[in-house]
Amino acid sequence: MTEGEPIISTRGLRKTYHVGEVDVHALRGVDLDVQPGEFVSIVGPSGSGKSTLFHILGGLTPPTAGTVRIAGRDLFGMSDAERTEVRKTTVGFVFQKYNLLPTLTARENIEIARDIAGRNGPLDPQFVEVLKLLGIEARLDHKPRALSGGEQQRVAIARAIVNRPAILLADEPTGNLDTENSSAVLALLRDLNQRLGQTILMITHDPEAAGYGHRIVRMRDGHVE
Amino acid sequence: MRTLLGVIAISIQVTMVLTLVGLSDGMLNEQASRARGVGADILLRPPGSAIIASGGQMLEKIIPAVIDKTPHVTAATGTLIFGTDLFNYLTGVDVATFDRLNGGFRFVKGGPFQHPDDVMVDEVYASQHQLHVGDTINNTNHPWRVSGIYEPGMLARMVVPLTTLQDLTGNTGKVSTVYVKVDNPANIPGVISELAEKLKTYKVYSMEDYTSLFSASNIPMLTDFIWVVVGVGVLVGFLVVFLSMYTAVLERTREIGILKALGASQAYILNILLRETVLLAIAGSILGILLSYVTRFVIRDLVHSALIQAIVPGWWPRAAAIAIIGALLGALYPGLKAARQDPIEALAYD
Repeated sequence: MTEGEPIISTRGLRKTYHVGEVDVHALRGVDLDVQPGEFVSIVGPSGSGKSTLFHILGGLTPPTAGTVRIAGRDLFGMSDAERTEVRKTTVGFVFQKYNLLPTLTARENIEIARDIAGRNGPLDPQFVEVLKLLGIEARLDHKPRALSGGEQQRVAIARAIVNRPAILLADEPTGNLDTENSSAVLALLRDLNQRLGQTILMITHDPEAAGYGHRIVRMRDGHVE
Repeated sequence: MRTLLGVIAISIQVTMVLTLVGLSDGMLNEQASRARGVGADILLRPPGSAIIASGGQMLEKIIPAVIDKTPHVTAATGTLIFGTDLFNYLTGVDVATFDRLNGGFRFVKGGPFQHPDDVMVDEVYASQHQLHVGDTINNTNHPWRVSGIYEPGMLARMVVPLTTLQDLTGNTGKVSTVYVKVDNPANIPGVISELAEKLKTYKVYSMEDYTSLFSASNIPMLTDFIWVVVGVGVLVGFLVVFLSMYTAVLERTREIGILKALGASQAYILNILLRETVLLAIAGSILGILLSYVTRFVIRDLVHSALIQAIVPGWWPRAAAIAIIGALLGALYPGLKAARQDPIEALAYD
């Protein structure tokens, strides 16, 4: 990746799902650039293609056509294993439903992400600072069911950034949280963006949440407006 | 809960193998130690005979004609085995010559034969069948009166006069095994080669070699049977783990989706499931080994069976390997299915 190049860049991005005998055009040519260190909110009604874009940018599903460059690599034409590698090294996910592993403690949930990335040993001091920032260091030895929704989402954020991904993708991160916890999580995302320069792409329904980003991208019918 | 059931099922499979091998070994060791108890140095079996099967007879007169004339032989006696079934048979003994081998039977109650239709039984048989001196037992369509009960570990469980058994079974003048005693252990190899020279088609064993043949791997029928049980064991392990892992993978679809989203490769997920499977199989194997002690207790102390089950530690790793192989085969398909799951679908799974 050269200096000044967007960390995310899509051109003519299309995604077509085959549902039975019907083709569903979820993305109909998306052009999007995100600069390193940006915090971008993506808003749009249900069915506008937000989630599909999220899945493609995160390497969870391949695009049908177009180019998708993430940190200098084109995801188009990548094999399943190559996209797995992208998820492992380049992208961190935060989901609406937290998606912590229920049988592991908060700490183990974070550690398994490091283990998958082939890292072990103690957490680096900078990450310990991040845990303090997230306010969960005292709750790390609890299992998810003993944590509040807000705490679970903060653990999920810690897990998403433990391997220092180039981009953090958050899909409705406050969708299951009350107002207070929502504000806390959003403030944390902004903090991570400001202090660590973490690039963040956040999907949301909530205009107030969207306001935390530097810029809002609106989607409708598979296009960026 | 499902894990526990899986462990128990694998342990039953392991116990099944260990009990079968233990029974085979136990019965054979018992036979070997009884053969040693006779006190002979050399043993002759007729041409073409198998190691333990009672079949095959030879003429009793080779004893005076050949064996007694061999230098260094101090005593020789023939016995006739007549099997009612594999582990339950009558042995005909000529007490006069038999006693010269090792002093003969040591009686707990009663004494040697007084009549042609007397039988002597060992303590084990007597307690299993609650026999006392003077009782009558029927065997081979013939009533026998118990003349004595002797200490176990000698030749056989039921001993009758040789001539009576020979006449009764139409084997007059024939024996199935000849036991030979030599004056000095150093002369055993010489006597063996001389007897082998004189009686070319006969099988001549030193007692040591003979008893070492008593292992399950030397009995073709038993080895075949053990392989069948091993095959069944692998199949049981395969099916149990297949079902258990298949449901586990379904239940954990979402978790697997999370791992895939975190960048876990197919190999990583397969590795987790296979490791879990191996742990399951190891736990099942350990429990199975413990259960084999329980089956031995049941066979020996609750059922008072004539069967003897040995604990065979040499088979522990083999039984565990059988369990692990079966379990890994069973985990392979569910594991691959999990590893290939689409992460988006898996994350949407509730």
